Amino acid sequence: MNFKIDHQMFLILSGVIGGLVVASLVGFALSRRVKSEERKAAIDNLNARIRAWWVMIGIFSISFIIGPAGSMLLFGFISLLALREYVSLISTTRADHRTLFWSFFVFTPLQYWFWYEGWYGLAIIFIPVYAFLFVPIRLALAGETTGFLDRAARIQWGLMVCVYCISYAPALLTLEIPNYHRQNAKLLLFLVIVVQLSDVFQYIWGKLMGKRKIAPAISPHKTWEGFVGGIVTAVALGTSLWWMTPFSPLQALLMSLAIALMGFAGGLTMSAIKRDRGVKDFGSTIEGHGGILDRMDSICFSAPLFFHLTRWIFVSPHPSWFH
Amino acid sequence: MSALSASIIAACARALAGPSVRWVNVRPATRQRVYFANHTSHLDFVVLWSVLPRKLRALTRPVAAKDYWSSGLRKRIAVNAFNAVLVERGGKTSEGDRIAAARNTMDMLLEALGTENSLIVFPEGTRGNGLEVGPFKSGIYYLWSKRPDVQFVPVYLSNLNRILPKGEFLPVPVISRVVFGPPLKLEKTEAKESFLGKAHAAVCALREA
Repeated sequence: MNFKIDHQMFLILSGVIGGLVVASLVGFALSRRVKSEERKAAIDNLNARIRAWWVMIGIFSISFIIGPAGSMLLFGFISLLALREYVSLISTTRADHRTLFWSFFVFTPLQYWFWYEGWYGLAIIFIPVYAFLFVPIRLALAGETTGFLDRAARIQWGLMVCVYCISYAPALLTLEIPNYHRQNAKLLLFLVIVVQLSDVFQYIWGKLMGKRKIAPAISPHKTWEGFVGGIVTAVALGTSLWWMTPFSPLQALLMSLAIALMGFAGGLTMSAIKRDRGVKDFGSTIEGHGGILDRMDSICFSAPLFFHLTRWIFVSPHPSWFH
Repeated sequence: MSALSASIIAACARALAGPSVRWVNVRPATRQRVYFANHTSHLDFVVLWSVLPRKLRALTRPVAAKDYWSSGLRKRIAVNAFNAVLVERGGKTSEGDRIAAARNTMDMLLEALGTENSLIVFPEGTRGNGLEVGPFKSGIYYLWSKRPDVQFVPVYLSNLNRILPKGEFLPVPVISRVVFGPPLKLEKTEAKESFLGKAHAAVCALREA
């Protein structure tokens, strides 16, 4: 697998930490200035989010230093926590118990192990085909027919989003890209930075000037102003990071756009599930942010597309018209 | 050794059950209490015990069924690590046997309470389906009538039946919830039916809390 910490990586990690220092200082200044109770709650939430960012970046950096195994383990663990939040929220029955056990303790570790071993062919079909078939078989063996298709689909959906889709993020480390040997960690960093910046700036632009709601029934805080501002800012910053990727500036722009749009779609889709179940967040693991899945929803949707686009450009054998 | 193994088991239980804990109109305190909760899983007392602050854990003894917890490893966990009180339940045929067993159980509980301990009890006596809270057995009333100075604190446990349902031996890590409610407010002369009604309602009221 391709992994090395070079000076570009130091540069970008310093940039992230610098940005966080600025955010912390701004948060601190704001907390000293506000008076009204309502404002104060909003600033407290902002500062809680910033504190949580320090923790998340700390954990992420440690897994990076450990190497590819560290990243695989970290994302595997994130998948387990995300799947747990998902399963806790949807209703499951006694008859689903053993199938859920397989999902948590067999399919999730196997999925990450396949990526770690570099078995691309198996990793990309294991859950969409084999786990997909196994789930209804195991449910049928359990012998309970009430809501059968419903129950099977819920478990399949959870595995796809929380395990399969998230696993595409560390899978970026397995790509063999010409002239980019042992540098793939920066590709993973690029994805995470663009997705999270897009989330953060949609939040900030929305707070500052959000008026027209995009889908009030699904997410009261998503506005057109926040959407446009967030995507434009994230794409601009993503493009400016082209030097850490194998992309040209134009490619980096298009990649950032694809990542930010899919990230937005992920947030919206996962919000629809939350609203259907009548909750605000998937969990309360990360202070100020909600659950793991609330932070990962945009990665779930953008990681597979980013992986396959990158692979398509740099790795796949191309048809003759491509060149 | 027992304090350490109990801490380890508590940490594992918290990792598995990821419990979110709420104390509604009640605070953790070292004073003597009887925590009484709905019962849906063998994990119930382990998780309830593990979410108590460390200082309280040393003082709190779960009451568990002898038939399940008295063999091999389980016994070591229950007795050595948790200092559990193992009691007989049901199954007695003659009236006389039942009364003798109940008296014996009550003596054990009173002894376990002593002057500083608290207890964890499951007054349904058996594991329910996780949807409704079953009727309470009268043991908890007799315990109160002997020790009215002890606070009776209702607890509602959610989702533990989904982690380890009846009849399963492999757990699934679903997120659980533990809600502690305000101690029962009782008259000195509270009758048995009225006591059990209040206790049952207090546990059910926490379901939506």
